[in-house]
Amino acid sequence: MPVKKRKPKLAVWKFASCDGCQLSLLDCEDELLAIADAVEIAYFPEATRAVVRGPYDLSLVEGSITTPHDAERIHRIRRSSKYLVTIGACATSGGIQALRNFKNVNEFISLVYAHPEYIETLKVSTPIAYHVSVDFELQGCPINKRQLVELISAYLHDRKPNLPAHSVCVACKRRGTVCVMVAHGTPCLGPVTHAGCGAICPAYHRGCYGCYGPNESPQTASLAARFEALGMGHADIARAFRLFTANAEAFRHESEAHEHEA
Amino acid sequence: MARRTPKTHTPGPDDAPMLLDVEGLGRLIALLAEEGYVVLGPRVRDGAVVYDEVRRVADLPVGWTEEQAPGRYRLVRRDDEAVFGFTLGPHAWKRSLFPPRRRLWRAERSEGDGAFTIAEEPVEAPKQAFLGVRACELAAIAVQDRVFMGGAYVDPVYAARRANTFIVAVNCTQAAATCFCASMDTGPQARSGFDLALTELLDDDRHVFLLEAGTETGRSFAARLSAAPAVPEDVAAARAVVARTAEALTRTLDTDGIRDLLFGNLDHPRWDEVASRCLACTNCTLVCPTCFCSTVEDTTDLTGAVAERWQTWDSCFTMDFSYIHGGSVRKTHRARYRQWLTHKLASWIDQFGTSGCVGCGRCITWCPVGIDLTEEVRAIRESADIPPHTTSANQAQAGR
Ligand code: SF4
Ligand code: SF4
Ligand code: SF4
Repeated sequence: MPVKKRKPKLAVWKFASCDGCQLSLLDCEDELLAIADAVEIAYFPEATRAVVRGPYDLSLVEGSITTPHDAERIHRIRRSSKYLVTIGACATSGGIQALRNFKNVNEFISLVYAHPEYIETLKVSTPIAYHVSVDFELQGCPINKRQLVELISAYLHDRKPNLPAHSVCVACKRRGTVCVMVAHGTPCLGPVTHAGCGAICPAYHRGCYGCYGPNESPQTASLAARFEALGMGHADIARAFRLFTANAEAFRHESEAHEHEA
Repeated sequence: MARRTPKTHTPGPDDAPMLLDVEGLGRLIALLAEEGYVVLGPRVRDGAVVYDEVRRVADLPVGWTEEQAPGRYRLVRRDDEAVFGFTLGPHAWKRSLFPPRRRLWRAERSEGDGAFTIAEEPVEAPKQAFLGVRACELAAIAVQDRVFMGGAYVDPVYAARRANTFIVAVNCTQAAATCFCASMDTGPQARSGFDLALTELLDDDRHVFLLEAGTETGRSFAARLSAAPAVPEDVAAARAVVARTAEALTRTLDTDGIRDLLFGNLDHPRWDEVASRCLACTNCTLVCPTCFCSTVEDTTDLTGAVAERWQTWDSCFTMDFSYIHGGSVRKTHRARYRQWLTHKLASWIDQFGTSGCVGCGRCITWCPVGIDLTEEVRAIRESADIPPHTTSANQAQAGR
């Protein structure tokens, strides 16, 4: 392997989000020293106030675009980043705050804020890839640290990350979990959801609620028909597809189809 | 063709079938453990019968049965204390012969010169005893034996695990609604491939197991169980129970000319219809006891000092499976479902000389949307573009 002359500069940026994905990086206790050894943490306000000027080799971007200011800021970040990777449901799909996309945001503002006139926001919450080109998307709400470490390792050693986009079911079956949908009749988004979490929810007898967003070929209409057969009404089906990744295309279409039926 | 060579097990005089009571079954489990085997068998967990370690009869699903239908499985209480009064759950024995995930090798870079040393992965093959292997599952193991050990390249881990596996078969005393072993000529009577076979006999008067040996090892174990010898009536009773099970099978798959039927109908509209339902979720392939596909993942640690190669179960339903330079070959659900069905039921015959389906019905039950391969074949057969036997099958097409 060619020895890198200088440590690559890593930056972590925040947009509209809860900070949970950035915390996954700090949560890498065992690996954190190795990461700090391999990269120069140049910009990461959540962890350190020290700021190293750009350009940056690897930018991790958390959060969605919800304000006119952010819509401009992301272009500056893109320009100063060699690789830009979005992390988490907000950055990759618009996040839970994209629920506004299905309603009139001004109604929310007037209900939530004492002085709505101070609020400057966009009508919709959009993923980063809607605004700039993105080199890789890391799914999850939040992302998991194992995947983050894999992504950084792959970047450091110029290889493709092992982050497959197949269904959550693959993980269920590999770990031997009994399918909650077949054995218990519990609606589960696993068959249309992007793997990566390790199939945590079904292992605790819960249906997957799709926090990693749609998988590589989500056949949502067929799964929704099954949910109906299991006794779910249209309103509940619409809600099932409208959670943390509500604005991801396949899930948005499915929830809208059932909203109109309901 | 689809039939596998029937090595019918004819109980001879030296076979001396025996009768084991429930305590005797406990002695068998204890004896296997004493001889150093990890005993794996059916257990109730999370609402299903799965295969896991068992230490005593009470660990088995005593008094349980199940209802199965396409996309549906429910455990149900029995009104008796039958030990093997259920059929198949989501686990197949392949989990213990062909592990879902294992490391193939690990390489370390030495500090000074940067040279790599590759550490061969030790072959992990514990002595294991499978308790409760059904006839269709014996057939599935035989199919995988062929796949992993039958050619020029033998999978060393599978072969080592297989050599260390002791098999106690159980003849089915009932069938699930999803079973179709008779169509595939694999069951319900266990004919070969076991060390010992049990048939449960439960009525008002007695609760015993007819114990028959299939190998020398099996015979030597049976001899140490101090079981009572069986009389011909016991053997007849056991055969009768299994014959009733065969009659109770409701599902069928017509395998007549199936290879040519499928290869001759690669553009049948039914493939589009099933593609609109199929989720490409992979469940059918991962529960199937004969599916053998795997992928490898290469990993490095953060420092670059350690690299590893892992093998994991894979499925023809993922996009990565057919990924070659430039993209996936089988992008559509139609292409992926057709690959699964034509491989399983048609090209498998060319490849391994048997069908890839043993009629266990797992793919029917554990498909989240209840897609039933017997229905798919029936639909194609009923409206086949080209009748079977008249096509010059172009099997190369099947892969597309
Ligand atoms: S529990 Fe959900 S994710 Fe797991 S196999 Fe069943 S449908 Fe798939
Ligand atoms: S194809 Fe289905 S029925 Fe046939 S062996 Fe596989 S899981 Fe069982
Ligand atoms: S046939 Fe069923 S189990 Fe198989 S991939 Fe399609 S939906 Fe999943």
